[in-house]
Amino acid sequence: MVAVSQQQLVMSMDTSIRRAPKSSSDTLFRLASFGSALLVLIVLAGIIGSMIWGGLPAFREFGLGFITSSVWDVQRDQYGAWVAIVGTLTTAFIALLIGVPISLGIAIFLTQLCPPWLKRPVATTIELLAAVPSIIYGMWGLFVFAPLFAKFVQIPVSQIVEGLPIFGTILYARVPSGVGILTAGIILAIMIIPFIASVARDILDQVPPILRESAYGIGCTTWEVVRHVLLPQAGVSIIGAIMLGLGRALGETMAVTFVVGNANRLSASFFDPGSTIASRIANEFNEAIGLQLNALMALGCILFLVTFLVLVLARLLIARVKVN
Amino acid sequence: MDTALQASSTAPAPWGRVRRSRYVADKTLRIVCTIFTGIGAIALGWILLMLLYQGLTALSPAVFANTTPGPMTQGGGIINAITGSLILTFLGIVVATPVGIMAGTYLAEYGKGSKLASVIRFVNDILLAAPSILIGLFVYTLMVQPMGGYSGWAGGVALAIIAVPVIVRTTEDMLRLVPGSLREAGVALGAPMSVVIRSISWRAARSGMVTGVLLATARIAGETAPLLFTALNNNFWFRADLMGGVSNLPVMIYQFALSPYQNWRELAWAGALVITLSILALSVVARLLFKKDSVR
Amino acid sequence: MSPVAVSTSSAVGKSTANAAAPIRIAVRKLDFYYGDFKGLKDINLNFHDRQVTALIGPSGCGKSTLLRTFNRIYSLYPEQRAEGEIILDGKNVLSPSIDVNELRARVGMVFQKPTPFPMSIYDNVAFGIRLYEKLPRAELDVRVEEALRKAALWDEVKDKLKQSGMGLSGGQQQRLCIARTIAQRPEVILFDEPTSALDPISTGKIEELIEQLRSEFTIVIVTHNMQQAARISQFTAFMYLGELVEFDVTTKMFMNPSKKQTQDYITGRFG
Repeated sequence: MVAVSQQQLVMSMDTSIRRAPKSSSDTLFRLASFGSALLVLIVLAGIIGSMIWGGLPAFREFGLGFITSSVWDVQRDQYGAWVAIVGTLTTAFIALLIGVPISLGIAIFLTQLCPPWLKRPVATTIELLAAVPSIIYGMWGLFVFAPLFAKFVQIPVSQIVEGLPIFGTILYARVPSGVGILTAGIILAIMIIPFIASVARDILDQVPPILRESAYGIGCTTWEVVRHVLLPQAGVSIIGAIMLGLGRALGETMAVTFVVGNANRLSASFFDPGSTIASRIANEFNEAIGLQLNALMALGCILFLVTFLVLVLARLLIARVKVN
Repeated sequence: MDTALQASSTAPAPWGRVRRSRYVADKTLRIVCTIFTGIGAIALGWILLMLLYQGLTALSPAVFANTTPGPMTQGGGIINAITGSLILTFLGIVVATPVGIMAGTYLAEYGKGSKLASVIRFVNDILLAAPSILIGLFVYTLMVQPMGGYSGWAGGVALAIIAVPVIVRTTEDMLRLVPGSLREAGVALGAPMSVVIRSISWRAARSGMVTGVLLATARIAGETAPLLFTALNNNFWFRADLMGGVSNLPVMIYQFALSPYQNWRELAWAGALVITLSILALSVVARLLFKKDSVR
Repeated sequence: MSPVAVSTSSAVGKSTANAAAPIRIAVRKLDFYYGDFKGLKDINLNFHDRQVTALIGPSGCGKSTLLRTFNRIYSLYPEQRAEGEIILDGKNVLSPSIDVNELRARVGMVFQKPTPFPMSIYDNVAFGIRLYEKLPRAELDVRVEEALRKAALWDEVKDKLKQSGMGLSGGQQQRLCIARTIAQRPEVILFDEPTSALDPISTGKIEELIEQLRSEFTIVIVTHNMQQAARISQFTAFMYLGELVEFDVTTKMFMNPSKKQTQDYITGRFG
């Protein structure tokens, strides 16, 4: 070792005084960025707070009955959320039933089957579908889809099922106008397809190629690769993607308001008009006063709770796979 | 793993003896997936074509010259709604951009793995997908009630709240793509963190961040629900101080499309065409911008 | 099987070590932690003024860790911490009272991969100067040119100073990073495997450059390439498993190491 004692250390020969950049602006920048990030938390807290604050009088007035009652009578100032809750859940469920297979089909097509030259145009088309404002879907649903749906589905189906048990009830249209719960579900399905498809595509793209190749390498067909390798590997996060679509379907307002029919009654038929939480708020909020306003806020509170749970679940499922 | 996989790997069949059912399943998958993709493409095509047809029929120079007509009034245009939408969207994005970029910067540069940052990231993802009508209700409680009436300001804030999560997310994602070695090199020169972020990280991630802002603009430009209870609508030119209802395309479309008047419905279609084309153009530009840069 | 020792021996001693040179950096009882893992154990070491000291050792031995304590760049990562003393210009750089930004302006660093900033070549070089000095344009031009000349890059880029630094070749980018570092007029320059991402010709240029820079700066270089350590350094420290095994004049280290571990490593028996 080259042993040198401490005293030999060079003292600074640097005579120029270095002027360190102002650290106060550094702190300021840091605080600004931290504050902005906190703002995100505050906004969420504000949303929760305003819903609870606004809805509290309604909850206090009707108690648990607010959720279970299907009476929504502005004249008598009686409000119950049941019709809207059922409408919200039913339309969202129909949307998933139709939208999920199609979205997964698109995702599989894009990642496994599509010739390379077609990939970009198809992917772009699907993504643009997501950018179209929801009110456009509503107009299309009301003015184009609903009349066709009434003519080619509601009327013929109603004639066939009339008098039959069960089907005669759930698929019978008293007034075949084309609008109703099922129509809303179909429009919602079209709206959530791009979301689920593009998230599912990203997830399938993340499956290591080596896994695919080794499955093909032992003679699997594309179907077998998808069924036994890709879907099991990506399974949980695909469910997360579906939940994301569900969150979207539950809270979608404008498109549904156009085509759901906005009825306050509960009907056993999918062809009949109904309403969802969001459509009811959109319809009534601006004219509402007093308890009705509180009841609508309480509806918002319920909607928030449900979508919050669904979205949290979605994020947790997607995040779990990313960790693995 | 799975029995089917093992069967095919452990028992190799002689040539030409692969079970037909396997091919049937495979063919079915291919056909079904292709059809589903076709359905998606047809849906978009149908919606766009219908929009083009109805919108172009309704479109005329008068549409861009006149304000929205009252009930039972012939003609009219949507120029006040277009202007109002531009103002509200601009207001929203001007508020949202600094907040979103700074918050995204916190998540990517300062917070990184910290507990608080992951909570904020999570909450941001929730906000990203939260029903926009609830944001309308929130801003109604926050601004419309206290201020005693609808206003463009409330509309702008509602749109900003929708845009912020989009910008936060893209900013963070883009900053994370900036190699850590670049930051270390900046720090090694004695630059304070804020300088490293502003003149190195932001610069390196610039095009991605601009894309995020453009996508957020596209997102809020067509939002209707949050404006229903905040900016509402107005059939005339709005007040210069943006107090009271401010006319805007989405709410105008909603009200006119559901109205009994023929000329109102036509104006709704014209507005729908204008807004959709603008949004699609914005999305395409955003994508092209990002693609061009990521190639380099 | 000792091709390394044989082939390098001729190159060793190209520049003679000056063990009498004053000490620029003194490391005393340095421990380093990555969370609970102890990355450096009781390091004591001196770095001589205007000499090149090479840190060698197998991957994970702590040589880069040691280098990254000198400008405290490890403090970017909250879970990393250092204990002990590193004396530079009479001050312990590990003490909390040190302004880390000022420290980093005194101790420059060049990284494994070239790190040109997303700005023009000129702005890259001027970046560090502008942080600390407000110079008139003409003076700044002079400083930039001077730095680029010292980094042997001026002739290649003088006509395209406004172009992006990302457009240069890998070797040019690395020399740009060196120019950016010396433009700040640091006292010490740390090189963290500066040629591991470069082709042999670019590597040769960087090595020549380091040899020239020695007249002005104290240089510490981490390298996994033993021939390189032998070619360009006057002193060498061999590290293993977070400990300093041996430190000596490079010629002695490569011709006649005193520890068996060092002998094994430089003859390629492990690592």
